[in-house]
Amino acid sequence: MVVPDDIRETLKSVAALSETTDSLGEDDNLFDKGLDSFGSVQLMLALEERYNIEFPDNLLNRRSFSTIRIIVETVSKLTVSAAA
Amino acid sequence: MNAVAVRAKRVAAVAALHADDVDREARFPAEAVVALKTERLLGMQIPLQFGGESASLSQIAEVCFTLAQACSAAAMVFAMHQIKVASLVSHGLDSGWHCGLMEKVTREQLLFASATTEGGIGGDLRNSLCAVETVGDVFHFSKDATVISYGAHADVILATGRRHPDAASSDQVLVALLKGQMSLERTSTWDTLGMRGTCSDGFKLEARDVPVAQILPKPFAEIAAQSMLASSHLLWSSVWFGIASHALDRARAYVQGEARRRPGQVPPGALRLAEAANELQAMKGTILAALRRYEAAQGNADELGSIGFAVMLNNVKTTISDKAVDIVQRALGIVGLSGYKNGTPFSLGRPLRDVLSAPLMINNDRILANTANLLLVQKGGAQLLSA
Repeated sequence: MVVPDDIRETLKSVAALSETTDSLGEDDNLFDKGLDSFGSVQLMLALEERYNIEFPDNLLNRRSFSTIRIIVETVSKLTVSAAA
Repeated sequence: MNAVAVRAKRVAAVAALHADDVDREARFPAEAVVALKTERLLGMQIPLQFGGESASLSQIAEVCFTLAQACSAAAMVFAMHQIKVASLVSHGLDSGWHCGLMEKVTREQLLFASATTEGGIGGDLRNSLCAVETVGDVFHFSKDATVISYGAHADVILATGRRHPDAASSDQVLVALLKGQMSLERTSTWDTLGMRGTCSDGFKLEARDVPVAQILPKPFAEIAAQSMLASSHLLWSSVWFGIASHALDRARAYVQGEARRRPGQVPPGALRLAEAANELQAMKGTILAALRRYEAAQGNADELGSIGFAVMLNNVKTTISDKAVDIVQRALGIVGLSGYKNGTPFSLGRPLRDVLSAPLMINNDRILANTANLLLVQKGGAQLLSA
């Protein structure tokens, strides 16, 4: 089970968001809050490591990492398919 | 030859007449821009419903290529204009004011310029210090723009700034400022090795009481990712490809002249010409494949925003800019002193100085560092005939 606070915890490892992570709403656009392409790659790597998943190429786009809610959904799907 | 290519050729003929003077005096290629307006090419990208031609990026790239063979600066001005218009067309359709602006572009053939570079930030497109200050229905905007290419000659400037004075440096919007709405105070002069006619001076830009409707509704992050990145790299590359083609044309003419003077012998430069022609063909293949992939991805935000797509575009920019310099230098090697000297039919000084800007316009090292980061997560397994 992936919950928003776990994602917030992971977001703290991204330098551009570390200061503002706790105040982020689930639907705030992370790219508007300072996430850039470098940060989004670092975030993907941190999520892959933490949840032992791999993002397939078709999910490596801005939308997959645009809000905490979308990240929760994406990671949940990938953890389910990894367990299956 | 299609109609757009014919119109572009007519503009190129005008641009060629003035290219040396534009370069020598570091002046705006005014005659070429008037010709672009006469041929109505400044509005070619605007959708049909606003009076334009809904031209594809490939058609615009063709014009960039044609102009670059005559005058690199005129070609780069046209490319930069179209990159800004691409942002308007891709992201302005939901805004009445911006739809009106599109009509105005075709009706009056307005020239667009860009103010993204800023003192204290440099060329980092995705960060701003300056901010939009909204007061009721209007906003004030002030920017220390260390570069606004042909800013003094533009009818419209699209400028980046933070959404409001408390916003993060990357929380940016793009505002459209019309000539009569802003003041520009020159802070630096563009006196450079090449690309002298782009007149990329620095300015202090000030605008007051501008209607908030002129702020593009989409966040600049989205505009940069979905239209600017692709249109910049593809149109700049088409300009550099044009410069390289022009240089190789001169080298070919030189070798053919040598061959005619000494029948029965293959001139020594012919082998070098064959090598350079090989490189030019590879360059063309790279640009065409990228243009096709971009056009196939239209309307597919996921594909346009994907890591694989960004890597592809980064690679186009670094590859084409390096190859263009290489080819012009090879051409100079083939032509020899007739190319080194100004004022001969084989002179290559101006194209060489112009093309040396290519690896520096967003430094290739910066782009490679970005690609290196993206490659940390990209997966393999692509197919030959698909992305």
